[in-house]
Amino acid sequence: MPSDKDAPLDTAAATEICEAFKPATSDDLIPILQKIQDAYGYLPAEIIAEVSRRTGLQVSQMYGVATFYEQFHLERQGRYTIKCCRGTACHVKGGRDIINAIKRELKVEPGETTGDMRFTFETVACLGTCFLAPVVMVENDYYGHVTTKSIKSILSRYT
Amino acid sequence: MSQVRLTIDDREIVAERGQTVLEAALANGIDIPNLCYDPRLSPSGSCRLCLVEVEGQAPLQTSCALEIRDGLVVKTDTEEIRQIRQTILELLFAEHKGHCTTCDENGQCKLQEYAYEYGLGEDAFAEATRAKPIDNYTTGNLAMEYDPGKCIRCGRCVRICDEVQMAHALTFRDRAAEVEVSTAFDVPLNESTCVLCGQCISTCPTGALYERSAKGQGQAKDLVRTRTTCPYCGVGCQIDLNVSPKTGRIVRATSEVGCIPNDGNLCVKGRFGMEFVGHPDRLTSPLIKRNGKFEKVTWQEAIRTVAERLNKIKAESGPDSIAGLSSAKCTNEENYILQKFIRAAIGTNNVDHCARLCHASTVAGLARAFGSGAMTNSNEELKDARCIFVIGSNTTEAHPVIALAIKEAVVKNAATLIVADPRDIELVRYAKLHLQQRPGTDVALINAMLHVIISESLPDKDFIRERTEGFELVVEAVKDSTPEKAEKITGVPAEAIREAARTYAQAETASIVFSMGITQHTTGTDNVLSLANLAMLTGNVGKESAGVNPLRGQNNVQGACDLGALPNVYPGYQKIEDAAIRAKFEKAWGTKLADKTGLTIVEMIHAVEQGAVKALYLMGENPALSDPNLNRTRKALEDVEFLVSQDIFLSETAQYADVVLPTACFAEKEGTFTNTERRVQRVRKAVEPPGEARDDWQIVCDVSTAMGYPMQYDGADKIMDEIASVTPIYGGMSYDRIESVGLQWPCPYKDHPGTKFLHKGKFTRGKGKFHAVPFREPAETPSKKYPLILSTGRQLYQYHTGTLTRRSRAIDQKSPTGYVEINRRDAEKYAIENGDSVEVSTVRGKVVTQAVVGDRVPQGRIFMPFHFAEGPANILTNDALDPIAKIPELKVCAAAIKNVKSELVG
Repeated sequence: MPSDKDAPLDTAAATEICEAFKPATSDDLIPILQKIQDAYGYLPAEIIAEVSRRTGLQVSQMYGVATFYEQFHLERQGRYTIKCCRGTACHVKGGRDIINAIKRELKVEPGETTGDMRFTFETVACLGTCFLAPVVMVENDYYGHVTTKSIKSILSRYT
Repeated sequence: MSQVRLTIDDREIVAERGQTVLEAALANGIDIPNLCYDPRLSPSGSCRLCLVEVEGQAPLQTSCALEIRDGLVVKTDTEEIRQIRQTILELLFAEHKGHCTTCDENGQCKLQEYAYEYGLGEDAFAEATRAKPIDNYTTGNLAMEYDPGKCIRCGRCVRICDEVQMAHALTFRDRAAEVEVSTAFDVPLNESTCVLCGQCISTCPTGALYERSAKGQGQAKDLVRTRTTCPYCGVGCQIDLNVSPKTGRIVRATSEVGCIPNDGNLCVKGRFGMEFVGHPDRLTSPLIKRNGKFEKVTWQEAIRTVAERLNKIKAESGPDSIAGLSSAKCTNEENYILQKFIRAAIGTNNVDHCARLCHASTVAGLARAFGSGAMTNSNEELKDARCIFVIGSNTTEAHPVIALAIKEAVVKNAATLIVADPRDIELVRYAKLHLQQRPGTDVALINAMLHVIISESLPDKDFIRERTEGFELVVEAVKDSTPEKAEKITGVPAEAIREAARTYAQAETASIVFSMGITQHTTGTDNVLSLANLAMLTGNVGKESAGVNPLRGQNNVQGACDLGALPNVYPGYQKIEDAAIRAKFEKAWGTKLADKTGLTIVEMIHAVEQGAVKALYLMGENPALSDPNLNRTRKALEDVEFLVSQDIFLSETAQYADVVLPTACFAEKEGTFTNTERRVQRVRKAVEPPGEARDDWQIVCDVSTAMGYPMQYDGADKIMDEIASVTPIYGGMSYDRIESVGLQWPCPYKDHPGTKFLHKGKFTRGKGKFHAVPFREPAETPSKKYPLILSTGRQLYQYHTGTLTRRSRAIDQKSPTGYVEINRRDAEKYAIENGDSVEVSTVRGKVVTQAVVGDRVPQGRIFMPFHFAEGPANILTNDALDPIAKIPELKVCAAAIKNVKSELVG
């Protein structure tokens, strides 16, 4: 996590979140992680350590939960998240070509973030809009019937 | 405990309420296969292998999680169950490498055992999904290796780390087929919260977790296991040395779940600290120093030289010019023989050992208050104490396996923990209260607690009336010791003192646990007497889970004291001043004995300076690193006319010797150690000693015989028989009685069952005696030139002078060198950063070491471990003595610190 090395993160938000859950039990673990992710955009190791100090929840336990659920990120995310569907419908409609086109355009693999921190690229199992296949979602916007040629213009809308 | 009747596989069985079906079955000899079960852990029911059929319940049940009840009818081995188990095993093997022929665990692997039992076809052992070993959290770690290909994801390692060790280092990462064991954020093991206890290895049912150094050294099926007692601290863990018959070397150390006193748990030293045994540095032949150089000689020449020189010095300067240091590392039998040699063959009581530096004040204080200077309770009783007061004991580091019982009491049994310690030690995390007293002010703290208890009418009046004497003296002595006054002296807030006093006094059972933080002071005996006052005042002694518990430091420091390696008592604390006792030993040993109390360790060193002591006979001691004010000690070792050292290594001390005699270590001999809970346990020979090394007792017997006082025994067991005949507290001990489980003294006669806790109904001395203990300042207080308080102590990974632990590569990787802990605000003040080279100095000397900056010590105080020869803390420590116990004040001295980084660079 090179991003952590840049400058120490402000722990104020984490402190506030932990205070709100006092005394924290393991039932609070997921809600706490969600709030931390809302505040920091991901789950930075140093912030998780601070949460552990303040709540008594173990870092190892939080890490286990954070790696179990797709919703949690352990690395800094780009300003925009691209989710490309690799469900069955999208797959037969050429979803793999779309994935490859995004890879080429952004020069990242699925799960990675562009060097300028603009995009984080993820693949997901299904976006639930198979009638639009192949589908790409950027933040909360759906793009249906996507072609390899339309990728560039879609991405250009996010700066 | 009430009993439950149930039927398992058509057999009616009786089991204890609260047990699970699996436990009841196993206890009755019915085997139910299981992979995720370990009696030390709460059930998880995750491997599904222990499924059983319960009459009247449709789905199969996991027997490890099903509690028994009356009338339950269980079937463990139906055709349906066998089918399911076979499928489960096949699924496990789909992801587990079935490479049994090349696996170290071969022969001890449960998965392998069940694969055979359930007749898995060869096709089940297909290549695992991940065939190649991949990098993981143990890559590069010298202690252990995790092989995900052999892992069945049962979670036992994660659970034991959470539930028993409470280190919380491990977790499952990811999900479904990707799941693997790892550390938080996948950091290397040694950078996580792992304490290298290796409990994860101990619970792993397959070969997925294994000691790195044991890999390829012999498969489990071929190793020969010898049960013996761990040679490190006083807990007395039972370990099994696994020896390869091919190489004759120790491959790994394991421990059996269920064994007393450690239930299969070990710490880093017991698990990974055995490399010293077959180490190439071991001494293999006797050495005599000629012209400043050691030369190898025959045993005959060495023994003759020692006998002649000692006889000459004895003839010229009298027996009191010779002194002997026995060893808390050696066996009971060897300690008995050494003190007998000094007393009967030499004719002096100048015999002592390193207990002088650790618990002399405990022995002196508790003997005065209760009549017996030992832990009143057993280790396991701590689990059930309602309140535990830990003062001056960094238990998780110095006695890790006893710390497990303390943590269990708090976390699982809701006991209240009070920690009084100048440092922010690990146990503080589990404590309701942390009293951070200024070092050396324990008496003021405890007196204030007594004051609160008395003024709030919390004393146990019946106990005081019936069981004790001298109560009025204490009432008078503490009447002005208010918490407010104590706050000024100790720095602990008055309200915290009040709360601690109330919590302790009101608990149904309260146990005090203490160690060197109490004893290593010029007021050491006073500190111990104060704790005895506290226990008696509240009736918290003489019953189960309530008492005063000094945790003994060395594996056999209890035994060395018990067997009379002390200048004022014969074996069994029988006083040399008592003419009748002396007459008994004169008869038993067939010679006249000296009636004058001998010299203690530090007094011996001082007597060398004055020319009164001319010869020192050392058995396994290393005063050149362990004793206070080293410059002075080392000068004495250099100046003494004749120095003999029996040792397994050429230690810092042995290098000063005129004659060095190589000895067998614990793994190479028969004998017994007595652990901190007074349990006499067997030490057994697992490997051959190197070269010509011999048992300490045999060497001493030969020297004695050559000096004209013949001593000869056919074996260590015969020495124990002689010990039993002259030592009432060991009267019922013999090797046949302690073959499987050790016995706790007092054990006065042959069918006595041993004593779990002391002073039941009556104190050893009759009535418990209160002592008025006024507060005294430590011998040295901070000054302008030396503004900080330095304390020394142990850390988890190393042991004492490091001669044993520093030879373990796994330990060295985790703990490579010494350091000084300093508070971050002081560090700022002195311009010191973490890792900087600093010079720590006191009026006695200075050492250069590395700074560890943090919050573990408060401002104004620094801490150094004393294990490291390259920055020996004892150059700095004060050799001022407690007037009664003669223990030096290793915990408090005035020190200064400065950064020398720039000077080194320059």
